[in-house]
Amino acid sequence: MTTLTRIIQGDRIIRLQILIIVAVAVLFSFTLGGRFFSLGNFQSISSQLPILGMLALGMGITMLTGGINLSVIAGANACSLVMAAILVAHPDQPLYFALAMLAGLAVAIAIGLLNGSLIAYIGVSPILASLGTMTLIAGLNILLTNGTVISGFPRAIQYLSSGNVLGIPLALLLFLLVALLLWVVLEHTTLGRSLYLMGSNEQATRFSGISTHRVTLVVYVLSALFGWAAALLMMSKFNSAKAGYGDSYLLVTILASVLGGINPDGGFGRVIGLVLALVVLQMLESGLNLMGVSSYLTMALWGGVLILFIALQNRQS
Amino acid sequence: MRSALSKAVLHHEFWLAVLVLLLAVGLSLGTGEFLTLGNMTDVATSYAILGILACGLFVVLIAGGIDISFPAMTSIGQYVMASYIIHHGGSFPLAFAMAMGVGLLLGLVNGFLVYWLRVPAIIITIATLNLYYGLLVYLTNGTWLYGFPDWFMNGINWFSFTASDGYDYGLTLPLLSLLGVIIATGVLMNRTRIGRQIYAMGSNRDAASRLGLNILRLHFYVYGFMGLLAGIAAVVQAQITQSVAPNSLLGFELTVLAAVVLGGTSMSGGRGSLTGTILGVMLLAFLQNGLTLLSISSYWHQVFSGVIILVSISSTAWNEKRKLAKGM
Repeated sequence: MTTLTRIIQGDRIIRLQILIIVAVAVLFSFTLGGRFFSLGNFQSISSQLPILGMLALGMGITMLTGGINLSVIAGANACSLVMAAILVAHPDQPLYFALAMLAGLAVAIAIGLLNGSLIAYIGVSPILASLGTMTLIAGLNILLTNGTVISGFPRAIQYLSSGNVLGIPLALLLFLLVALLLWVVLEHTTLGRSLYLMGSNEQATRFSGISTHRVTLVVYVLSALFGWAAALLMMSKFNSAKAGYGDSYLLVTILASVLGGINPDGGFGRVIGLVLALVVLQMLESGLNLMGVSSYLTMALWGGVLILFIALQNRQS
Repeated sequence: MRSALSKAVLHHEFWLAVLVLLLAVGLSLGTGEFLTLGNMTDVATSYAILGILACGLFVVLIAGGIDISFPAMTSIGQYVMASYIIHHGGSFPLAFAMAMGVGLLLGLVNGFLVYWLRVPAIIITIATLNLYYGLLVYLTNGTWLYGFPDWFMNGINWFSFTASDGYDYGLTLPLLSLLGVIIATGVLMNRTRIGRQIYAMGSNRDAASRLGLNILRLHFYVYGFMGLLAGIAAVVQAQITQSVAPNSLLGFELTVLAAVVLGGTSMSGGRGSLTGTILGVMLLAFLQNGLTLLSISSYWHQVFSGVIILVSISSTAWNEKRKLAKGM
């Protein structure tokens, strides 16, 4: 508890976010009352947050190093399509289930290595490298599936989104666990330290004896692995896989990362901030949705919120 | 002669031109239709919007920024222009003035925010893309607009003649606009003081600022220019498709970015040429047109675009890295 208060006191962005969460909750409790604080709304938030959350972690970790990964969603779809193809071709065979998971992991690692080596060894800027891989992967996804839906997965996959522990959805627990692991890696390991250092000053990091190439590779592989986790959750939620699922999340993941306090130039930002930003976004979305506000107005609102948040941050510092 | 050639070999544009030429030769050998007047006119007409927007994005990238909100600016310009024209009539100058005015206004907002907030332009323009586009669809309920007056539907056709294949050709509105935009961009970037200042700001913002250049004003010029071209593209697209749909350009920002980057324009600003940008647009256009003529499934288009983008940016980056290593 003391560590928690210390974290909250020491971090302006997290204080700001908790303030926003309280304000949003109070606002919706007046306008929507019991409908906002209902079990149904909690379930709808907790089924959407983990998918967006995994993708946002994949985006955020690259932004910490001053990069960006536009291919995170296309990569996630590639993983889910490969896994889905294997699962549907061999239903109810545990061996093939394991194979499908491994194949998905292999796809994620391959995509991460491709992005990472383009950026680290060839020297392509991250936005271009991931733009290229995004175009290529999204194209392959559509080409190889002819744009069709693959559906009908074993119960184990569906259990991810339907199961719960003590009333808390399993998907949400999984996301929190992954976020916790990432927090440990970022703030308590050498890799995490060198990642922040690289985001602040890449040249200085290289001269201090850290292999920036290797860190870049690891970061983009990790980013693709978060995409793989999001792929599993998407397969579970929709009980299907299709090229183009979640494409509209791309801008939202960047929005969540910036709202979460991750500096787009790299070097600053924390997992807890990102998780709180996701909570803010999902609360706003579902609350406005309950109020019957058009989803396009919500979209405009997010753009406005992002600009306002950056402006507030700038004026304070 | 030899020294000129050996100098040219070092340029990205040279290799791009070779690639475009090879593609054109290959396609005209592969299909009889590629090198016909009809097909060339079709390609130029349908990729005019890509070319116009690429010129605008080229200027923004040279300035060291980026703007991906232009599909929304184009759509808003289209809506304002079309709503007026359909109900009250008018003329092409009026249509252009309205769409370009709206584009300019939204572009100036972008320029101000990018300058004032001092965060990467991509973050700002992602935000304004969401803001502009969300408000547009919310306020218009996503309805399509039809029923332009006849003069708008017929467009312009200067120097029109009937070719031996029985079709009419001439300088139509899309072709004239594309030509005008290319010339205007060329003059702006190569012949004016503002153009040199934009290059200077893109290469080194601090140095440009210490030289006494007004960085805010340059931001207004650059993002305002992008807005103006978005307005031109708005009229051209409405004239080609004869209708206005709010989502018609959704996702187009990445295609335009790909074309400009293929042309060798650096993402970090200050380096790139209009010739390269035009060659980049031609490469994408020929590639997609060729695949269509060869009746290859449209699912392949994106895969090919992805491969071309990856190969091109990798070779550019690799070359620059080698040059840098040699210099040291």
